[in-house]
Amino acid sequence: MTFVLAVGTLCLICGVLAGLLTLAGRFLNDYGRCRVLINGGEREFEVDGGDSLLNLLTQEGLFIPSACGGRGSCGLCKVNVLSGGGPLLPTEGPHLAAEEIDAGMRLACQLKVRNDIEIEVPRELFSVQRYRAAVASIEDLTGDIKRLRLELVDPETIVFAPGQYIQLQAPAYGENPEAVYRAYSIASDRRDSRHIDLIIRLVPNGTCTTWVFTILKTADSVEFNGPYGEFCLRQSDRPMVFIAGGSGLAPFMSILAQMAAEQNARTCRFFFGARSRGDLFLLDDMARFERELPDFKFIPALSDPAPEDDWSGETGLITDVVARHFPDCSGMEAYLCGSPGMLGACIKVLSEHGLAEENIYFDKFA
Amino acid sequence: MTPLLAAVGTAAPPTGALQLLVILFAAALTDNILLTRFLGMCSFLAVSRQMKTSLGLGVAVVFVTTCTAGLNYLVHRYITVPLRIEFLEYIIFIVVIAAFVQLVEMVIERISLPLYFALGIFLPLITVNCAILGVSLFMLNKQGYGFLQCTVFGLGSGLGWMLAIVLMAGIRQRIRLDKVPRGLHGAGLSLIVTGIIALAFVGFSGMVKF
Repeated sequence: MTFVLAVGTLCLICGVLAGLLTLAGRFLNDYGRCRVLINGGEREFEVDGGDSLLNLLTQEGLFIPSACGGRGSCGLCKVNVLSGGGPLLPTEGPHLAAEEIDAGMRLACQLKVRNDIEIEVPRELFSVQRYRAAVASIEDLTGDIKRLRLELVDPETIVFAPGQYIQLQAPAYGENPEAVYRAYSIASDRRDSRHIDLIIRLVPNGTCTTWVFTILKTADSVEFNGPYGEFCLRQSDRPMVFIAGGSGLAPFMSILAQMAAEQNARTCRFFFGARSRGDLFLLDDMARFERELPDFKFIPALSDPAPEDDWSGETGLITDVVARHFPDCSGMEAYLCGSPGMLGACIKVLSEHGLAEENIYFDKFA
Repeated sequence: MTPLLAAVGTAAPPTGALQLLVILFAAALTDNILLTRFLGMCSFLAVSRQMKTSLGLGVAVVFVTTCTAGLNYLVHRYITVPLRIEFLEYIIFIVVIAAFVQLVEMVIERISLPLYFALGIFLPLITVNCAILGVSLFMLNKQGYGFLQCTVFGLGSGLGWMLAIVLMAGIRQRIRLDKVPRGLHGAGLSLIVTGIIALAFVGFSGMVKF
């Protein structure tokens, strides 16, 4: 009897308190309609206040990049708040540098909308959407690099600029309790708007890459959002040098396809760094681009060719090879994609050889 | 102080306003929940680095202990005792405290945003402060405490906790630049200092017998 009474009372007390809190939440957390003004009036939403800015913007179809899903742990969802944001919260501090705080940057997932608010977001985010797609094929390019081809399901087409990236969602699996998002460059021709290709290199113990390499199968459904990024070809007549390593080839596949479609006559040299012959891939496509484009050359360089490779091309570190080809880079433009270490070394060498830093564009793996 | 000490000195227990005053001082000083029972140590050690945050947390604790002591007395008096389920008080009290803190947080957020931002982060933190549950449990051991006495006991305990953390913050700010052995940095030195303060507070209980 005591037992029943005890459990019953406890449940009743908890229930009453929970009900009280829900009721209080409904009345106290009602901030009415709030206006969200974006980029000085380019867009304007009327939303129900009381929720986080990130959630409210997502509801209105404006996707701010966020890897943790609004828990305040990734620090990606930074937006510039011009007015109506209230003071900075302790949960935001660790993700923002001092100059970002001075500039009014906030984490959209932590900021609760209580009144009219004015924010600034990069304009490219207006075209960002969430996509559902099916895996059309998974193909081995090298021992540790795969090409993932996705067929869009909902929406059925995507518009992107060559060089942009998407965020692929790896769902919870095995010992990873929550979904994560990872950025991959689109490696396909933009004219095929129903498909995108991603080039993914296995990262040992990487959550998303392990999922792609071991679990994902053809016809599986995946989700991604995008496109993001500004790693696109600039309009000019300067000769161009592309430098990439490993899966950094991906954005250039898309950029070169676009150049081929336009019959772009700019001088372009593509240096691709690898260890040995087994790490080179998509050579047929590169040969095709060399044929189709008026002035394009693909220059693979092996840092450590194996004896059986029978290699007669360039050898040595990619930085040395680039420096050998272009002792004077002034007046050129450089596009780089690869690991932070490789990028740092390349930027250093290119600037030493006279390439102005403002003409170096890069896409850094995070 | 003279009537107070006189009242304490006599054998008969004080009554009325005087009794409440005695309870308040006893809870804050002689029976200081942090320094004589070492409850609420985790937030005490973690937050006592700066005077400003210590004061913020202290005020929040005072407020919550006062209100929850009263609330939990009512729960004890009108729910758990009549139903003879006092053994569940541990759980029920903590649920009441958690719900109360949530509610207060919502109300403050609505009524006063500046106060919410000043106090906001501390409120959720102290839901699990064991000193607060401790106050609610200890007051039931006191003989003859009614609603008013329990509330005052909560207020006194909260003030005592605030006094301790503010003292500690003051001391830590002063000794921040002193050279101390590497192994004693941070929590080590803080615990030694706490021990010394605690000794002083034990002196209070020698002074007043209640």
